[in-house]
Amino acid sequence: MNLLIAILVLGLIAALFGAILGYASVRFHVEGDPIVEQIDALLPQTQCGQCGYPGCKPYAEAVANGEAINKCAPGGEDTIKKIADLLGVDVEPLDENHEGNKGPTVAFIIEEDCIGCTKCIQACPVDAILGAAKQMHTILIDECTGCDLCVAPCPVDCIEMRPIPETIQNWQWDLNKIAVKQLD
Amino acid sequence: MKSIIERINQHKFWQFHGGIHPPEQKTLTSGKPIRQLPLPKQLILPLQQHIGRQGDLLVKVGDKVLKGQPLTQSTNPMAVPIHAPTSGIISAIKKSVIAHPSGLSELCIFIDVDFEDTWQPREICQDFTKLSQQQIIKKIADSGIAGMGGAGFPTHIKVNTKPEINFLIINAAECEPYITADDLLMCEQSEAIIDGIKILDQLLNPAFILIGIEDNKPKAIKALQHATKDIEKIKVCVLPTKYPTGGEKQLIKILTGKEVKSGALPIHSGIVVQNVATCFAISDAVINDIPLIRRVVTLTGQALSKPQNIWALLGTPVSHLLEQTGFASQSPSASTPPVTNPPIIMGGPLMGFNILNELVPIVKTSNCILAPNKTEMPSAFDDGSNEVECIRCGQCSDVCPSQLLPQELQWSAKAKDHQQLTKLNLFDCIDCGACAYVCPSQIPLVQYYRVAKAEIRQQQQLDVKSEKAKVRFEARKLRLEKEKIAREEKHKKAAAARKATMNKKTAEGSSASSAVAAALARVKAKKKANEKTKNNNELLDSSDEKIKSSDELPVSSSEVPEKIKANEESEEKSQVKAAIARAKAKRLAKNTSSEPEVITDKKDVTVSEPVVTTKIEEATVSEAIVPDKELPVRSNEKAKHEIEQDNSADDKKAKIAAAVAKAKAKAKAKAKKEKKEPLPISSKEEINTTTTGTDNKKARIAAAVAKAKAKAKAKKEQEKQENLIQVTSSEEQSPFKSSNEE
Repeated sequence: MNLLIAILVLGLIAALFGAILGYASVRFHVEGDPIVEQIDALLPQTQCGQCGYPGCKPYAEAVANGEAINKCAPGGEDTIKKIADLLGVDVEPLDENHEGNKGPTVAFIIEEDCIGCTKCIQACPVDAILGAAKQMHTILIDECTGCDLCVAPCPVDCIEMRPIPETIQNWQWDLNKIAVKQLD
Repeated sequence: MKSIIERINQHKFWQFHGGIHPPEQKTLTSGKPIRQLPLPKQLILPLQQHIGRQGDLLVKVGDKVLKGQPLTQSTNPMAVPIHAPTSGIISAIKKSVIAHPSGLSELCIFIDVDFEDTWQPREICQDFTKLSQQQIIKKIADSGIAGMGGAGFPTHIKVNTKPEINFLIINAAECEPYITADDLLMCEQSEAIIDGIKILDQLLNPAFILIGIEDNKPKAIKALQHATKDIEKIKVCVLPTKYPTGGEKQLIKILTGKEVKSGALPIHSGIVVQNVATCFAISDAVINDIPLIRRVVTLTGQALSKPQNIWALLGTPVSHLLEQTGFASQSPSASTPPVTNPPIIMGGPLMGFNILNELVPIVKTSNCILAPNKTEMPSAFDDGSNEVECIRCGQCSDVCPSQLLPQELQWSAKAKDHQQLTKLNLFDCIDCGACAYVCPSQIPLVQYYRVAKAEIRQQQQLDVKSEKAKVRFEARKLRLEKEKIAREEKHKKAAAARKATMNKKTAEGSSASSAVAAALARVKAKKKANEKTKNNNELLDSSDEKIKSSDELPVSSSEVPEKIKANEESEEKSQVKAAIARAKAKRLAKNTSSEPEVITDKKDVTVSEPVVTTKIEEATVSEAIVPDKELPVRSNEKAKHEIEQDNSADDKKAKIAAAVAKAKAKAKAKAKKEKKEPLPISSKEEINTTTTGTDNKKARIAAAVAKAKAKAKAKKEQEKQENLIQVTSSEEQSPFKSSNEE
């Protein structure tokens, strides 16, 4: 008899808590941050398409659906590591096709050579090129992400990628340059 | 607040956390008066010598400038102008190495000194109490005064505050070893400093003015106490010597017991801190109308034979100062740029930085040039670091004046864990270097923090940029999508319209409306067609069909069979028509344009007017038209060839016709351009194809008209019938050719 009561009581308690949990999971359902958004936030947003997708968001969607995480050249190892952390997968080395990322660059139009064909304007994913048909084009340096998508379409090869010059504003302290000053 | 003043009156002060007592080394220079130096040959003035932005240039190379003349003007509130420290001629405005740890170059004005030291006209103010607040602030701003303690924050912003000020604190602590510039300035110019403080008093109207000074400057304390003995409001607070008492937040803590919150400014607690040298500069500027063109610099270190404080004009190269104080430079060769083999440090031994080039000029914030020898500062001579593993002794956190956890910060900095660094309040670090000073493992802690801070700032900038890129990308995608939909709709409409007209044509060939349209088109295209038919015929036919078929693709599938039928019919018809037209046109060409001028004219027209049909076809890059590209050239060549063959002269007529045609074409092109302009650029290709379609139709009508004309003309002329037949037969192959190519 005691055994039965014990089972009954425990069973009731279990049912009660189960009901509470079940209700709570419906009532307090939290819409988790969709994984695509999270991956997209980790990508560098250069919209360069070097991964084979037309922009960072599409690549984020592809990664969420099982695409390799090592295709983002501008993001480099850092981004791969972050995505691996997020998705709980192993870190892979950067895709071989994409190696040789040479630091931040910005597109530059050699204006004497520009024929005003507007092809680069159509190629630019972030609308960072200013110009019109038969007018000289120019790059909005502040908006350029350095994706180099405009280089290939140029029929006269007047676009080149130039490294961003080092200035006081973007200069990084070099640990080895400064000796520690210490008094005896 | 009363209790604070009571405590101060009893000479009791609060304490800040940590701090160190490094050897002071101030006696090297503290006993000697401030020396005036002979003028250097050249001054180098960086446009930006402070936090904020650089001003706009007012002078150009070759200008003669007078002492005190402004060289830049500020358009931005954060910009501070610079002035000519002496009279001379501007020899260059170019990039040069500036006083910055990076050793990078920035824009500098080079002045060749004329040794006359001629002042620009000055207005000396007898009584500054009569000036209004705004006048004083304007004077301070125009004099280019930026905080002279080290950071270089524009002073006119700091003193132009609305909230009520409880305490104005004058920072005379000068806590860093070696430096005695403020000490000597207080000894020699205490009256002027007090005038500057009075001006600040007038501006800010604080409840109390506290002068914080360390007890290792007895002469300066005496001088200040003497100068302020009649002023109740000003309290000279003698503080125990400890590094970094001169830190803004540390000084506030010592004097008032208040702690400035992380990320907040002292002004939020009703406190303004000004450096004592800034006070002197303010009094100079407001009373004597002398802009900030000179400052006291401590030249010290045992590598100098005559260490001393000097009045240095801003822009004086460090090499000149070192020469004057007996520095044994080890770079005797004049050809190579002077390399600082023995280290030269700008700023104090704890917070300063090595300068990499002796041409670096003195700027508004440089208070000390330190040239140590090897025995007094061996670490400065070591290239490599003697850093060893952290032993977790905790001394660094004991001495940190900001109560941070230096060793944890160091680990996070090494791991580049920016989130953790921000959590550990890295940005409250004042770069004082106390932690690195006490570290038994000789870890350059403060350098790690500097690197990490710069990285975090850059990362923040990148984040902002990538966010912007994302927004722009999204906006572009949206725009393209909209355009695509609009285009498809347009195509549908255009296709429907075309279908309707084509059905009419095939059914009857001439309805009332088409007759009107044809008439209109005839009038318009009459002359233009004359010259165009020749080289357009083939092109028009083949490309027209292609465009039609490509245009009709988006049309629903139910319509397609009809379309194809119509297409086939029109194809056949148009081919025949075209062949005939070509032949006629050729004859016309022979008759009328037997000289090369016409051709060049025609070429001009087609080349210079981007919207003329042929040009459009050449410009549109759609693949369907690419094979046609060769055709106009071919026909052109043929025409030329034939023209060369028979040189029957009808020059005048041809010329007139060509001229009229040119004018017409131009007018048409203009009209079309106007039509095109309001449309977005990226959809241009599509528009081009559609306009080409309509153009083609027009052109075909025009061609028909031209045919008629040509016939009439041909009848008149009645020339070389046989030849013509030959040409026609040879020409008739080409449509098949082009259809094969399809």
